Amino acid sequence: MASKVDRNEVPTILKDVIHSINGPVVTVANTSSFRMMEMVHVGDAGLVGEVISVSSAATTMQVYENTTGLTIGQPVVGSGALLSVTLGPGIMKNIFDGIERPLPAMETQSGAFIATGLHVASLDEALQWDVTVKAAVGDTVKGGDIIATCPETPLIEHRSMVPPGLSGTVSWAAENGSYTITQPIIKLVDADGVEHEVCLAQRWPIKTPRPVVQREVIARPLVTGQRVIDALFPIAKGGTAAIPGGFGTGKTMTQHQLAKWSDADIVVYVGCGERGNEMTQVLEEFGELIDPKSNRPITDRTVLIANTSNMPVAAREASIYTGITLAEYYRDMGYDVALMADSTSRWAEALREISGRLEEMPAEEGFPAYLPSRLAGFYERAGTTLNLNGTSGSVSIIGAVSPQGSDFSEPVTQNTKRFVRCFLALDKALAYARHYPAINWNTSYSEYYEDLDPYYIQNVGKDWPTLRGRMLALLNEETSLQEIVKLIGTDVLPDGQKLTLEIARVIRTGFLQQNAYHADDTFVPLEKQLMMMRIIMYLHDKTHQLVEKEVPVSAMQAAGLFDKLVKMKYEIPNDHLELFDDYYKDIDTICSKLAAEHEDRPGGKTLQVVAGGKSGTTT
Amino acid sequence: MAMEYLGLDEINGPLVVLDGVSGVANEEMVQLRTRTADGRDEMRLGRVVTLEGDRAVIQVFAGTTGLGLDKVNTRFTGKPMMLPLAEELLGRICNGAGEPIDGLGPLYSEEMRDVNGSPINPVSRTYPRNYIRTGISSIDTLITLIRGQKLPIFSGSGMSHNRLAAQIVRQARLGNEVGGFAIVFCAMGVTKDVADYFRRSFEESGALSRVVMFLNLSSDPIVERTLTPRCALTAAEYLAFEKGLHILVVMTDMTSYAEALREFSSSRGEIPGRKGYPGYLYSDLASLYERAGVIKGKPGSVTQLPILTMPNDDITHPVPDLTGYITEGQIVLDRFLDQTGIYPPVSVLPSLSRLMKDGIGEGYTRTDHQDVANQLFASYAKVSDARGLANVIGEEELSPTDRQYLEFGKAFEQHFLKQGQDVDRTIDESLDLGWRLLGILPRTELDRLDEKLLDEKFGPATGNEPPPQNILTPLPGGKAPKPKPDPHIDMGPEGPAT
Repeated sequence: MASKVDRNEVPTILKDVIHSINGPVVTVANTSSFRMMEMVHVGDAGLVGEVISVSSAATTMQVYENTTGLTIGQPVVGSGALLSVTLGPGIMKNIFDGIERPLPAMETQSGAFIATGLHVASLDEALQWDVTVKAAVGDTVKGGDIIATCPETPLIEHRSMVPPGLSGTVSWAAENGSYTITQPIIKLVDADGVEHEVCLAQRWPIKTPRPVVQREVIARPLVTGQRVIDALFPIAKGGTAAIPGGFGTGKTMTQHQLAKWSDADIVVYVGCGERGNEMTQVLEEFGELIDPKSNRPITDRTVLIANTSNMPVAAREASIYTGITLAEYYRDMGYDVALMADSTSRWAEALREISGRLEEMPAEEGFPAYLPSRLAGFYERAGTTLNLNGTSGSVSIIGAVSPQGSDFSEPVTQNTKRFVRCFLALDKALAYARHYPAINWNTSYSEYYEDLDPYYIQNVGKDWPTLRGRMLALLNEETSLQEIVKLIGTDVLPDGQKLTLEIARVIRTGFLQQNAYHADDTFVPLEKQLMMMRIIMYLHDKTHQLVEKEVPVSAMQAAGLFDKLVKMKYEIPNDHLELFDDYYKDIDTICSKLAAEHEDRPGGKTLQVVAGGKSGTTT
Repeated sequence: MAMEYLGLDEINGPLVVLDGVSGVANEEMVQLRTRTADGRDEMRLGRVVTLEGDRAVIQVFAGTTGLGLDKVNTRFTGKPMMLPLAEELLGRICNGAGEPIDGLGPLYSEEMRDVNGSPINPVSRTYPRNYIRTGISSIDTLITLIRGQKLPIFSGSGMSHNRLAAQIVRQARLGNEVGGFAIVFCAMGVTKDVADYFRRSFEESGALSRVVMFLNLSSDPIVERTLTPRCALTAAEYLAFEKGLHILVVMTDMTSYAEALREFSSSRGEIPGRKGYPGYLYSDLASLYERAGVIKGKPGSVTQLPILTMPNDDITHPVPDLTGYITEGQIVLDRFLDQTGIYPPVSVLPSLSRLMKDGIGEGYTRTDHQDVANQLFASYAKVSDARGLANVIGEEELSPTDRQYLEFGKAFEQHFLKQGQDVDRTIDESLDLGWRLLGILPRTELDRLDEKLLDEKFGPATGNEPPPQNILTPLPGGKAPKPKPDPHIDMGPEGPAT
């Protein structure tokens, strides 16, 4: 209370100055001018920061830039707003840092090395957009209503909306034409008679989820073209997935494949505390890669947020929120958005680092006690939604996790598991054997089977869930058989089990393993995936009949029955699925031949020869 | 801005505290002048690490031994730590704080730079694509080093990482372009012997005039160690991006660096993370490793070859673990191989070069490079399964295929991995050797290779393949068939006849 009197005596201008500096954490003593989570400008350079705790003694803020050179006594100025991003045309195809500053603009200002205290507008304010105005004078509009559209990239139509929370009657509307993001498009008068201008762009605080009418039931898969994901562990549009894996297991590679090939309308790729060269690779590769559906480079539908590991740690914390806010904004326009976060562990570590600087009581492994609630807050922003303007959209989140020491029992992996419904565990042993994607079929899971099976049954094939179930069962059987094989070798196994091992091998190498660098194999449509599963199971059934007739498995191997299917992923182009017929014929011919040869042999069991054909394959 | 204060208020490990200061900037450099016990004037450098009101905490690089609270003159320089730079740095030897110690006098600098550097804008980077030939089969073929990459060597105490690093430095050639090549050597907490070994090795290969050495030996102040790699990388960036040289930075030993950081952190009373290392170890290591790269429109490149010894050979220890998450792959050395006399003892399976796929193949090395590498990796992975099985049921009981894998594994280690210290193999030699080794295995096991490529190397599939072995029939007398000739390195160029 006494401090209050003191403070009033000090002239306002001198009040808010830096009192202490510890890495990215700065405090201001004896002030009440700041609010929690308010965005502030720190020091003479005006570094961007955010208030993270307020007490009568000191206000603490984290600074999103390098604090080298800050001095005690330099001013701290509040912005009056929560840490927000600008949402408007110009986001697509761009690359931002963790607090939505465009990196190309920063390069123009400071060259190849990023300087501190750069002030650049998030979106180009001089660029003219070709706007079609959708609202007319006299219309009643509410938050979320689309008032104007413009082509943002050849792929994406940008739909500018009334900011949520605002509603009223349109009192003025601009003509169709060219406008910048700061020019008014409409004016509306709200219930209190106050006039508001609405532009193409709006601001939104990154830690507040954008409102929707309601969440809807998850019913569509996010088709990724990656067989192990689509067939065995599907991700849903509006769903959440985590990809944990030690270093070198291919997290980033898997994320890149999903960003390139998933059938989302928009991809937000957040490189959070990862390698600079990787972001450059994304920039280069995505720019060259042509989306087969639209014949346009996939950068046209991608926005990158790059906060590499040597950029300031506090901005790393913000980058995840910036990413999800951009994703929600495009969802509100009615798009299906996929957000890839690589890696959420770096984000959690940023939380830990800041928490340590604040001298908070650590919980597990030094992570703050609020880690689970932060993770939940992030993943819960995913979903399929009915938006305020009546459109429906979705945000799917796929987060990579980098567990310390590849130990999945560490806090980030464990807590993430509680909030995601699809878990794609990457496995070091598989990666060492260069089996990519190194998704372990024993430890991964997806809870979306029931939600998505109706879609697969209706749109792909009735037998999809059955085939998946049979494949998973075979793979699991193989795992337990391998335990025995490790002890005594394959020789002593009965033929039935040997066959299981062979079929499982076909599934592993011929189906699950997928070559990201092969033109046809990098993306496989669901139809081909289905055909591949069918033929593998067909082979399984046919060879089982042979085993019943006591044809040795070695004879089947020698006939090349299995090896042919292993290579079908390369031999059958995605647009020539009719070639599968030849494979069926081959299997039939070889199987009949083997059966016949075996019967001819003395001692061979006399059984009715099963004629080749796709029917009659019951087990 | 330069202000002087008399006396200190507190000394705690490498930290000193000064009250009543004003106008001090975060991370500013500080000069502490004192008179030693024997009456000499001495100056030590320090850096402001925490500011709170009028209280400044200063980290003293040379340590606080001999300092008292009185009689210390503290001068704030108003600037962060700057390193003088010039092309004449090549051939010089500096201490861990960047001061020349070779007796050749001070450096006439063209430029002063903040040793902390600034992050490279990802937009300004060029994705590294060209390889560096090290002349070592295992590295060139399977873990190719790319210009602009950071590729650490994970080793353990007593293993031959220093020999390997010295050999790489000696033999390193730029892939297929010409350009200036220079080495920045950064020693952190290594023994005098190791530092001498490297110096001699540079000298013998005549490279000394192309090397800058920054030496913080194990007896040198530990806090200075946190500065050494920053000085080295600042010099590297300058030589690469201003002078257009291709720089290979050898940094040894990163574990000592991390330990210095831990010591410093605990003396500041920070909340420790895993194994007592500070919570910001990842960010701190990243601020070093991320300084490798290639920048658009600039001719040079910075490639890093950090060496770290894994305490207790544990790859999940925080230092190798966090390093692996930042660097673009790793070369892991294996103690078992080392003890069986295989040099370089590169453990192929956990080793990886992330940038390799884009810097090899047509236009860089050879078209079949990626395929051979994939197949060698995959086949060698199966060797350990076969060995595990052999340990349990005995070699005699193995299936013929498994026995072929054992044979392949042995040949791979003896002829492919093992390589003399002075043997410099070209890419072609290494790849051809790889093909000959693959010839030991039955063709059906080579599932990573195209039929076409196989036909080209081993002739068409039909007719001249070994008859498929029946895995059901026990072999007479449990004796292994000898399907292939011994794949010695001197085999004919066509590979084993089948």
